[in-house]
Amino acid sequence: MPLPLSYNLKNLTVRKTTTVMTALGIGLTVAVLLGILALVGGLEKSLQATGHPLHLLVMRKNSLSELVSQVTREAVSSIRNKPGIQQLEGEPMVSPEIVTVINLPRHNSPEGANVNIRGLSPMGIRMRSNLKLMEGRWFQPGQREVVVGKSISRRYVNAGVGDRLRFGRGDWSVVGVLDAGSTAFDSEIWVGLNQLATDSNRMEVLSSVLVRASDPVSLQALQNALADDQRLYLEGKREVDYYQEQTASAEPVKFLGIFVAVIMAVGSCFAAMNTMYAAVARRSREIGTLRVLGFSGGSILLAFVIESLLLSLLGGLIGVLLVLPLHGLESGIGNNLTFSETGFDFRLSPAIVALGVGFASIMGLLGGLLPARGAARESILSALREL
Amino acid sequence: MVNDLVVEATDLHKEFQRDAFQVIALQDVQLTIQRGEFVAFMGPSGSGKSTLLYLIAAIDRPTRGRVEVLGRDILQLKERAVADWRNENIGFIFQTFNLIPVLTARENVELPLLLTHLSRQERAEHAATALGLVGLSDRMDHYPRQLSGGQEQRVAIARAIVSDPSIILADEPTGDLDAQSAQEILTILSRLNRDHGKTILMVTHDPHAARHASKIRYLEKGQLLPEGSPQPE
Repeated sequence: MPLPLSYNLKNLTVRKTTTVMTALGIGLTVAVLLGILALVGGLEKSLQATGHPLHLLVMRKNSLSELVSQVTREAVSSIRNKPGIQQLEGEPMVSPEIVTVINLPRHNSPEGANVNIRGLSPMGIRMRSNLKLMEGRWFQPGQREVVVGKSISRRYVNAGVGDRLRFGRGDWSVVGVLDAGSTAFDSEIWVGLNQLATDSNRMEVLSSVLVRASDPVSLQALQNALADDQRLYLEGKREVDYYQEQTASAEPVKFLGIFVAVIMAVGSCFAAMNTMYAAVARRSREIGTLRVLGFSGGSILLAFVIESLLLSLLGGLIGVLLVLPLHGLESGIGNNLTFSETGFDFRLSPAIVALGVGFASIMGLLGGLLPARGAARESILSALREL
Repeated sequence: MVNDLVVEATDLHKEFQRDAFQVIALQDVQLTIQRGEFVAFMGPSGSGKSTLLYLIAAIDRPTRGRVEVLGRDILQLKERAVADWRNENIGFIFQTFNLIPVLTARENVELPLLLTHLSRQERAEHAATALGLVGLSDRMDHYPRQLSGGQEQRVAIARAIVSDPSIILADEPTGDLDAQSAQEILTILSRLNRDHGKTILMVTHDPHAARHASKIRYLEKGQLLPEGSPQPE
């Protein structure tokens, strides 16, 4: 029979300072890991949720992003006539778009960051049916008006309704704020297609064309037709896949974060090990006594492993508490495909919390196993004779 | 009368290495203890008294020889079995009490019972009874640091008797106590022997403590002197 849990808990509370310091070390490690995972989770959520399953994003072949893609107006006309495109009030659901990048000052960073400007027609807005205006109204065609994503509105200077943004050939009035449901569009500024084409001198060459297929089979057929049309030199990519691929921009951060967390975890393991070795040394006579009372070496091993696990769980809890204020915090990360910043909310999901606690437990287990094994294997006599 | 033999040691020999030296702790000891005896082992430091106690409790193993306790050859038992055997049959009292500091008196006394099939309530009742026997019913929820040395040793005695073992081994039980506390402990041990029939083997330096035993055996340089031998100079 194992020793009662109260024995472990009381031993941890008796040496409060050591317990708290070790748990804090483990907690910081867990916090680093959870912080990174919350960042990656938020970014992935933002990008993965973007796009409609029947949307095909048409770009120049081999273009990694809309920003570097070129599609002529002539090609747009050709795409409109392809079969399998869904109709809306007699109009094919096709949205030619221009995407460009400007630098805007942020509230906490005057040097600013790159932001995507998307020029699109009213059809383009209607095709994104899951977004809504939080505030203000849509831009009027022919007017120098913009609607900003909610992430832009919160994080950038002069990006609220009634403010004026300066880019291109002059000032633009912010007339609305867009809520795109925490998708990548929350990090964009939308303007009228022709207004942006004029302003950026891109009357003939657009960036991409968004097409909604009638059904999944038509989507595949459209994709094949575009790939086969050598004259257009375009390719269609499912919109959801396009944004999914952009999650790769978080990979270096994720790798670095996990790398740092693993290095810290090794240190934390040694801290836990040191604490548990000290506990074993200090309680050597106690261990000997328990053995004399009839507790087996296995019971002693289990007791110290449980104690180490409790210590690490406390660390895990501290880690979760440390990182909890980040949950829902808005931030942005540079996207190396679009050369602009993608806004996201730190997301601390139950799975991420469970991962952090599991990570802490592994540290506790690894840190506690060797000292516990030493305690269990020590002869009763030498344990009793330790001072 | 064969059943009354609780300890039978034959040619018990213990040597160990200390640095570069081979130390003989016990030399071919022959010993028999009858049920219900209260035997005190006396002798100078290093004479092998405690070693003998540890061998009888199967805490240590002899270099050679044989120990039968309660008719069982304890050297044949595997580690797990010897732990169970010790829990059932041996109560051990240490000079330094060896209570678990983070547990209350009741929790300390309950420890050996965790290895039995008793329910939580039965364990609590047994612990309360044992603490009552040593006169500490009013100190059950005290931690060792809140008790005097004498009270701590009484808790240790309660822990030693709580699982109702046949044999109580006491290694200098009064060594760390003042005269009054020592007398209380010796009175309790005598009562356990007389009223409850416990076989008690006690190691002591103190001739006054030894007088409470029904028999005194002397050890000198690892040798058990014949019964009735006078105390060596």
